[in-house]
Amino acid sequence: MGVGQPLGDNIITTSLDGLVNWARKSSIWPMTFGLACCAIEMMATGASHNDLDRFGIIFRASPRQSDCIIIAGTVTKKMLPVIKTVYEQMPEPKWVVAMGACACSGGIFDTYSVVQGIDEALPVDVYIPGCPPRPEALLYGLMKLQDKIMKEKNSFGATLGFGERFEPAA
Amino acid sequence: MAENNRAVVKLRERFAASILDVKAFRGTVTVTVKKEAIVEICQYLKTGLAFNLLTDVTAVDYLGKQDPRFVAVYNLYSIPNKDRILIKAPVSEADCTIDSVTGLWSSALFLEREVYDLMGIKFNHHPDLRRILMTDDWVGHPLRKDYPLQGPDREPYKGRLS
Repeated sequence: MGVGQPLGDNIITTSLDGLVNWARKSSIWPMTFGLACCAIEMMATGASHNDLDRFGIIFRASPRQSDCIIIAGTVTKKMLPVIKTVYEQMPEPKWVVAMGACACSGGIFDTYSVVQGIDEALPVDVYIPGCPPRPEALLYGLMKLQDKIMKEKNSFGATLGFGERFEPAA
Repeated sequence: MAENNRAVVKLRERFAASILDVKAFRGTVTVTVKKEAIVEICQYLKTGLAFNLLTDVTAVDYLGKQDPRFVAVYNLYSIPNKDRILIKAPVSEADCTIDSVTGLWSSALFLEREVYDLMGIKFNHHPDLRRILMTDDWVGHPLRKDYPLQGPDREPYKGRLS
């Protein structure tokens, strides 16, 4: 390349976005938070056969250590303020995954007591259909979230005060 | 069959004026009584006839089918006699109250709160009559037949369009 490389193979160059997004997508720490039967499937996804840990996805027991919340189950109107509180306690950057029919749209529970989709309250990044979704579907949804994180432009730089954040197109 | 039931015979002796109906269906005896006498009758069932367990308190909404719109149902069980009895008391919509049996069975504390929450029947002399399932600021009583299934703030479901 014509550039002297005194450090040999020990150095790579990349963009700040490339580095930060790679770090973020490789350590998505979801909140340990289940609401209904989808949570059983979420636990199965975390267990050894499907093994979320290989993606760097480690369930955390505190919202203050989490950067992702998987809404795994039916959201009742009584539960909604609790979910909002948990979400607000999570530090930025944070992502929301709506897992299953109930979290996406209310599902079969078209009744007075159930929130018709968590997107009425939280900004959802990935919707995963299914009742409940199989672990493969949750894995695919989380990989889609990783793709989405990789497309973020200058979200770290904007936090440090360098210019604007660019919203990725869908 | 119901007339030979030990509890029914005793209740007929003591509270003839308050008993509206006696029925038996598949071995379960149901006694319908006036709501004014509910505590008195329950007191006797507990102390005199050893119905020491209040299994459940519920209510039925007979909107458009019966005149006293609501019926409060008390599901009593006698552990020493292995005997069950249902006590029903009609409650009108205009005077939607009935006396609480919390003084007799403590299990009524939560069960009556549930009936109040979902059906809107008020229990007189209940020490802590709050909602138990719905949020504190909820308006209306969802198990009433005239409560819209999808909630008051939504367009009701009219079936599939296709």
